[in-house]
Amino acid sequence: MFKMTKNILRNLFTKKATRLFPYEKREPFKGARGELDIKIEDCIFCGLCQRSCPSNCIKVDRPNKKWEVNQFSCILCGVCTEVCPKKCLFMKEHYKTPVYTKNIKEHQQEVKPAASAEGQA
Amino acid sequence: MARTILPFGPQHPVLPEPIHLKLVVEDEIVKEALPAIGYVHRGLEKLVDLKDINQMVYVVERICGICSCMHALAYCQGIEEMMNVEVPPRAKFLRVIWAELHRIHSHLLWLGLLADAFGFESLFMQCWRVREKIMDLQEATAGNRVIVSVNVVGGVRRDINKDMEKYILDTLKEVEQEVNQLKSTILNDYTVKKRTVGIGVLTKEQVYQLGGAGPMLRASGVVQDMRMTGYAAYGDLDFEPVVETAGDCYARTVVRFREIFQSIDLIRQAFSKMPDGEINVKVKGFPTGEVVSRVEQPRGELLYYIRANGTKNLERLRVRTPTFANIAPLVAMLPGIELADVPVVVLTIDPCISCTER
Repeated sequence: MFKMTKNILRNLFTKKATRLFPYEKREPFKGARGELDIKIEDCIFCGLCQRSCPSNCIKVDRPNKKWEVNQFSCILCGVCTEVCPKKCLFMKEHYKTPVYTKNIKEHQQEVKPAASAEGQA
Repeated sequence: MARTILPFGPQHPVLPEPIHLKLVVEDEIVKEALPAIGYVHRGLEKLVDLKDINQMVYVVERICGICSCMHALAYCQGIEEMMNVEVPPRAKFLRVIWAELHRIHSHLLWLGLLADAFGFESLFMQCWRVREKIMDLQEATAGNRVIVSVNVVGGVRRDINKDMEKYILDTLKEVEQEVNQLKSTILNDYTVKKRTVGIGVLTKEQVYQLGGAGPMLRASGVVQDMRMTGYAAYGDLDFEPVVETAGDCYARTVVRFREIFQSIDLIRQAFSKMPDGEINVKVKGFPTGEVVSRVEQPRGELLYYIRANGTKNLERLRVRTPTFANIAPLVAMLPGIELADVPVVVLTIDPCISCTER
């Protein structure tokens, strides 16, 4: 009956095993998959990420140079980051934070000045 | 005394998942149990029509949260067998390591849930605190805490370097010590014994004929473990299946408790024998033919039947999970026990309803 007494007493005098999560965050491990993000200026809009995604959460709009992700369908498998030829997709290590509205995250690539100049000429 | 039918579930405090049992009781004694499943059917097998063979790895992983690694392992092994792909030896050992980490965390979770089922809350907390270290190991090595997503067709996605190996082995030493401290409570405590010894007894013949799987079989004295077939790198590792003979709830607890140490030992062996080299091979093309692939989950034997026709989508995928196999023994165990013992007996099959219904 008193098998756990020693354990209970020790627990009384050691620090807590839990933490008050939103206020106190543990540093994420290196290589943890927290949230998908993109360096939009390197993207070539090949669409490989869209085709390999198991949950169809990525949309690539090649003509309009737009890349969007539905963070609430994303299952954080990280396949897109592996197939990306330019390695412009990456996983942030911190977990996603709660939001008030479910919006799709859009990234618009700025038209490069040199390219536009060429286009005019 | 007239017979009364009492519903157990689909919403019940001891089970996070919905299973419905109609219990026919006389006074407090259960006379008959009629199971009903189908509350969390999601149609994941049908998704083979929409997802290609590589995307399906991530779908099958999500059949179950606790044994996701083994689902992906069974699926990948099946596809690899059809396509005659030889997985690099290092990848096989890495698969064993992640599979055994999964087994440890599943068994610790179950021990906690068992303690919770008979109201031993402090033991529940202790088990889950130890489990958290394993979850950290999974996040550090694979990137995610629960659904590790390491297996792909042709190998594994991540490697474990020397620093990480040391971190894993050090943590496992701590886990081993902490689980050992729980040993006297789980195995010898009056409360635990009172609720488990001699309850829900199945003999060796009964459980074999009812087609039980995993710890259910082993607790009744049947030496059966899919790992003995030597899939992945288990053929190179030295282990004996954990077998008890009593066949009651206590024996099933002991089997799962001892398997934690077995898994720790297997991980150590795997690290000592792991060769250097590639961790995956490029797989091109699509499979044809059909295959049955079996692995050992924490709950027992997991079976995948895969049929492919050379296109990017599979023709048919069928999953038979250990909990489905264990429902027949469960229904055989329930008659004759007291109503108050039903939650404990139901828990000792380690029910995973999401697995069962997919």
